[in-house]
Amino acid sequence: MIKLNFDENKCLACDTRDCLTKCQYMDLDVSEAGAEIEKLINGEDSRVLYECRTCYACEEYCPMDNHPFYLIVKRQEELDIPPLPEPIIKQGVQLGIPFRGDPKIEEINGPVLNMGVFSPLYPSLIQGSKLFEGLTPISTDGRKMHHFFCQLMYLHFARTSVINERLPAVIDTINSFKPTKVVHFHDECYGTYTHYAPAFGIDVPFTSVHLFEYLYHRLLELKDQIQPLNYKVCYQRPCSSRLSSDKHKYVDKIFKLVGCEHVKREYMDENALCCGSTILSQRREGSRRFSLELQNRNISDMKQAGAELCIFNCPACMQTMGKQVAESGIMPIWMSDLCRMAIGEKAS
Amino acid sequence: MDAIYKKLLDIVGEDYVSNQNEELFTYSKDLGTSDPKWPDYVVAPKTTEEVSRIVKLANEENLAVVPLGGGLSLAGLALPLKGGIELDLKRMDQILELNEQDRYIILEAGASHGKLTAYLEKNTPHLKHSEPGAPPAATIGGNLAIHGQGDLGHPYGFNSDMINGLEVVLPSGEICRFGSCALGNDWYTMHPLPDLNMFMGWSGSTGIITKVSLRLFPCKKIQEQDALVLDDADLVPEVLFKLTHIGMAEDIIVVSQEIPPPFNRLHYILINLAGDTNLELEFKRQLIFDTHLSSYIQEGRAGIGASGQDIQRPVVSKTSDWRKGGGFEYVGAIVPISSYPKCYRHGVEVSGRHHIPYTTLGRVLGTGHSMMFSWTFAFNRADEETVRHAREALHETDKEVLKMGGTLWKPAVFGQKILMDQMDCATLQLMQKVKHMLDPNGIMNPGNWEVS
Repeated sequence: MIKLNFDENKCLACDTRDCLTKCQYMDLDVSEAGAEIEKLINGEDSRVLYECRTCYACEEYCPMDNHPFYLIVKRQEELDIPPLPEPIIKQGVQLGIPFRGDPKIEEINGPVLNMGVFSPLYPSLIQGSKLFEGLTPISTDGRKMHHFFCQLMYLHFARTSVINERLPAVIDTINSFKPTKVVHFHDECYGTYTHYAPAFGIDVPFTSVHLFEYLYHRLLELKDQIQPLNYKVCYQRPCSSRLSSDKHKYVDKIFKLVGCEHVKREYMDENALCCGSTILSQRREGSRRFSLELQNRNISDMKQAGAELCIFNCPACMQTMGKQVAESGIMPIWMSDLCRMAIGEKAS
Repeated sequence: MDAIYKKLLDIVGEDYVSNQNEELFTYSKDLGTSDPKWPDYVVAPKTTEEVSRIVKLANEENLAVVPLGGGLSLAGLALPLKGGIELDLKRMDQILELNEQDRYIILEAGASHGKLTAYLEKNTPHLKHSEPGAPPAATIGGNLAIHGQGDLGHPYGFNSDMINGLEVVLPSGEICRFGSCALGNDWYTMHPLPDLNMFMGWSGSTGIITKVSLRLFPCKKIQEQDALVLDDADLVPEVLFKLTHIGMAEDIIVVSQEIPPPFNRLHYILINLAGDTNLELEFKRQLIFDTHLSSYIQEGRAGIGASGQDIQRPVVSKTSDWRKGGGFEYVGAIVPISSYPKCYRHGVEVSGRHHIPYTTLGRVLGTGHSMMFSWTFAFNRADEETVRHAREALHETDKEVLKMGGTLWKPAVFGQKILMDQMDCATLQLMQKVKHMLDPNGIMNPGNWEVS
């Protein structure tokens, strides 16, 4: 039975209501937050259901290790208060439908690299790089990537039902490679298998490794080949990294190892801003402009901090912000490419 | 040596004429469902005078002449239905004069749209022409001969409404000019002389277009594509009405197709915007999404599917890639925008019945005055059964278009016939008189637009 493991007693015992009081997109004090949380727990209408920008951050803010964001999304679906217009939801839900044949499955019995929706970028990002030697890539065929699509995106769509319906088959597909461990190229996949699935009681039979943790340790192995890059860098934190905040430390560790300065800015770490990709399409009045303002604020902050490179690890963030970042004079670049440059390889 | 071949050789030189099967085979095929039709000769003239001499020869010998541009109509419009001379215009591809100040360009009709686009980008990046939704090899003359439309369809209508002058070799071989150039003036306008332009939409059956003066339009520095997604076909005309009222877009196209899945039963309104600055673009976006269409978004009936993306033309040929065999053909029609829901539903129904994933596309023409709507049917070239299904779907759609009150665009012979069957008698007779007056021997692209 797939069911959200949400412990309301944890919320009742919480003094800070950080999930909502820290929210960058809603303005609630502790007492207001408490009242709204109670409504959410009871399945009642709440302003949170309309105002949530679906940035995932409350999963990280929660001091009680509960699942406020998953609860919000679940309630949005139950009460039919989707943040997005219906056609966009249909489009998104249909996006995950595989349609170009089944992937080729071979038992690996070793560590694998799951590219997920990065599959179309596999040849340029991964192929031939020393960084990924020893990992057998799966999901390298862009036409068949939907068999490996972790489905977590539907949290933006108020559709936990879609994730829960499809995820077991995706897990089966990955597991059919018989991996000893799975390095997930995208935070979103890692978050799905290590955070979302346990929260909903979905069994994941393989061991997952976060890309940044893998890259850090691989760079340590290749340390003698690292040439310090001497760039000032900033990081566009993707929403799904909120599900693996224990791995966020590897961002700084990698930057340090490759000789980059992680510039201090307002919208970093816990205060990171959403790329605005989903917000752009939300129903709430003014969402499109809000999304643009958010991006402008974010990029101005990067500029002001003196960043020369902006590091991405999410295709949606890159697609949404990459162009504007580049136009502002900051080079957008994938985290894996930064690491490749550090060991003398050419970035994709 | 074949006497006609010898005469053609005398006109164009031996490298540019053939009566050999290897070459004739290539010209016997069309990319659509049409059966092969073999020409007797293929000839590729370089000049208008050579075209004129070839046409005069054809009259003397009572041979058919079929002008060929890019050969991309898919409807068999440049196939030699009655043999004769296939006249390939692709060597006549020179760009003759660019007039930046007065915004026109004179070029030979065999020049491709791709070549013109590249030329403009290099030589006058602040000007553009209306490039059709066809491969870059589509020629200027071919596109006009079928009343093509392009990516400036919303503000300016058909591509054939964007010409400032024409040179045509008549079926008699005479060379005629139309517009201000007929007075010996520059090629800057088709109007206001009495209208003698009887060559557009005739698929080369009234003459061969050899030179064209095309209007050029401002090309803003930043181009982008935004998308609005709807799931209710009935809402599309209303939204298009609003979009055309705003008048900010350069092109508005509605796409719906079964494959890939994100497009299935949804309607993507692709809106091409242009601006010289981000401020100009954002002003246009605000008018569209935050003012005129915001209520649809807030009500959840429409959503912004993309914003600020690079412009991508919908490529209906991709539909042939979803199955094996690589074949496709489409019916195009000019319909009122209010017909969109009916057109879309017909596409879903007829495609489903013929086991073909549906693909439909509509392009707004003028300020919402009409729409080009196309139904694309994919088939496997190696599987006659799928070709038969596609052909039947095409013919059923031709008939349905007329039933819906639409007008077939660049119809194949089947469509031409049912159009003429329905046509007002006086109009039909006038067509017949025009054709007979210009082409008394019936040599020009015979089989097309023949009034019985």
